[in-house]
Amino acid sequence: MSTTTLPAPLPKVETPFRRFVSEFCESPLAVGGLVVFAIIALVAIFAPWIAPQNPYDLAVLDIMDGRMEPGSVGGGGYTHWLGTDDQGRDMLSGIMYGLRISLLVGVGSAFIACLVGASLGLLAAYAGGRTDSVIMRVVDLQLSFPTILAALMILAFLGKGIFNVVIALVIVEWAYYARTVRGSALVERRREYIEAAICLALPTRRILFNHLLPNCLPPLIVVGTMQIARAIALEATLSFLGLGVPITEPSLGLLIANGYEYMLSGKYWISFYPGIALLITIVAINLMGDQMRDVLNPRLKK
Amino acid sequence: MLIYLLRRIMQSGFVLVAMSLLVFLGVYAVGDPIEILISPDADQIEKERAIQALGLDLPLWQQYLVFVGKALQGDLGRSFVFNEPAIQLILQRMPATLELAFGSMFLSILIGLPLGLYAGLRPNGAISKGIMAGSILGFSLPTFWVGLMLIMVFAVQLGWLPSTGRGDTAMLFGISWSFLTGDGLSHILLPAINLALFKISLVIRLTRAGVRETMLMDYVKFARAKGLSPFRVTFVHVFKNILIPVVTVVGLELGGTIAFSVVTESVFAWPGMGKLIIDSINVLDRPVIVAYLMMIVLMFIVINLLVDIVYTVLDPRVRLEAKA
Repeated sequence: MSTTTLPAPLPKVETPFRRFVSEFCESPLAVGGLVVFAIIALVAIFAPWIAPQNPYDLAVLDIMDGRMEPGSVGGGGYTHWLGTDDQGRDMLSGIMYGLRISLLVGVGSAFIACLVGASLGLLAAYAGGRTDSVIMRVVDLQLSFPTILAALMILAFLGKGIFNVVIALVIVEWAYYARTVRGSALVERRREYIEAAICLALPTRRILFNHLLPNCLPPLIVVGTMQIARAIALEATLSFLGLGVPITEPSLGLLIANGYEYMLSGKYWISFYPGIALLITIVAINLMGDQMRDVLNPRLKK
Repeated sequence: MLIYLLRRIMQSGFVLVAMSLLVFLGVYAVGDPIEILISPDADQIEKERAIQALGLDLPLWQQYLVFVGKALQGDLGRSFVFNEPAIQLILQRMPATLELAFGSMFLSILIGLPLGLYAGLRPNGAISKGIMAGSILGFSLPTFWVGLMLIMVFAVQLGWLPSTGRGDTAMLFGISWSFLTGDGLSHILLPAINLALFKISLVIRLTRAGVRETMLMDYVKFARAKGLSPFRVTFVHVFKNILIPVVTVVGLELGGTIAFSVVTESVFAWPGMGKLIIDSINVLDRPVIVAYLMMIVLMFIVINLLVDIVYTVLDPRVRLEAKA
């Protein structure tokens, strides 16, 4: 019926998302961080296709190529731009594959911890009373212990392995999300739209996840971004201590640990370059997180 | 106040029980306790005897009571590797860790305060921006990698400082300390800087924020209007007032510093508790692991309790809230 009168195209509406993007782009540092992180993520995802060598394929490794300086040409006929480790692995390829593990563990654990923590935080804020105080006591307890210690404790029981590291990271991280979400959910819960939803007798699950959660997202995104960086650093630390990922799936931390003993004899590159990769990743994520915090913090709004 | 204190102590006791239960379950229920508590070299007869002696044939709750009973007497098992009581081993290593922790706290004040003060007084200067960028790095750099880089630069390339061990020690109160000898001091410097890195950044940020806030206060304006020299205003009027919160926060970081020394001690082969626990985990010396975890949990509960008490003394709002 109404097909005859097409309305003129609407002017570009300023949605919250568009506003967020344009404000995020105000900081060149943050955009730089985003670009660098995107490149790192792409390198990690496509490592098997772009790395000069498969560092886990024992057939292509030659022990004669071991501990070669950066820039030297190995038996494979190509240049090892970042040198080789003691097994003759090309460090550049090792770093690309290591990034896969580091990012997988970091992003994966942050994501699971976010799910667990946000759900519990929402529940605490919504249910209040005893549920709230029990959950928040556990959160307080969790936060009063340094993360490294808690993770150490868990891994001492569970043993090495990617999966165990993820479990340990989730256990030490969920409390940050729970506290963040509870804080903003407590504010949102008193708003009228929640009252309206309750009056409509909507199911609790729907109120929690369709009404309350979306409005608690901004601080959650900020915490989530920062926690990814923390998780990557913590995983690297645990792997460096020999408690993290197994030797068959070396993350950046384990690569750095491998170079430790050669450091004293001046063969710096085995530890140095994976560390630089780790550093760039963490700083890029933190730069993005910093800007997001400024943009999403209503108190800083002009 | 007394009621608050009692309630807080009760809470700590509850946490301690909960944590001991967790550690107990972690060792006894998740893993195979026989494998955990009896040396893998033991033969069948020895194993049977050990199971009897350790009461592993009892029900789990009875085992827990036995574990707690022994723990209360300071008996948390013997190390497989050193064949010494685990508690004793840890206590032997504790001075090295404490020395490192206090050394790094001292350094963080020594380095962080002047830098933070400068950055606060000239917030827009190029050097200040450099200092602040550096402090962001201090927060985000992984400690262990910075430690390696310190070794690479100062021990390997320049050869100025030793990279491992405690060096010569001197006795004081029957305990050997590194900081009393020149050689020991040169050994502690790198690990202490490494461990202090995070706290230096923290102190810089706190000091800078404090200075910028205090500079706007009326009493500072008045002091300047009175014609006092900028030096006197800065170091007497401003500095004194920011010192208290900064020192408090650094003091409260003690627990975290001791925990993080695990990493630094491993990098610099510093023979403290942290190095011991990592070595023990790697060789599966489980009695030491259990003992370390129980000790550190106890330590944390005591530190947290003390922190809360200090807060109630310092901050009247907490006191009033507790009363209400």
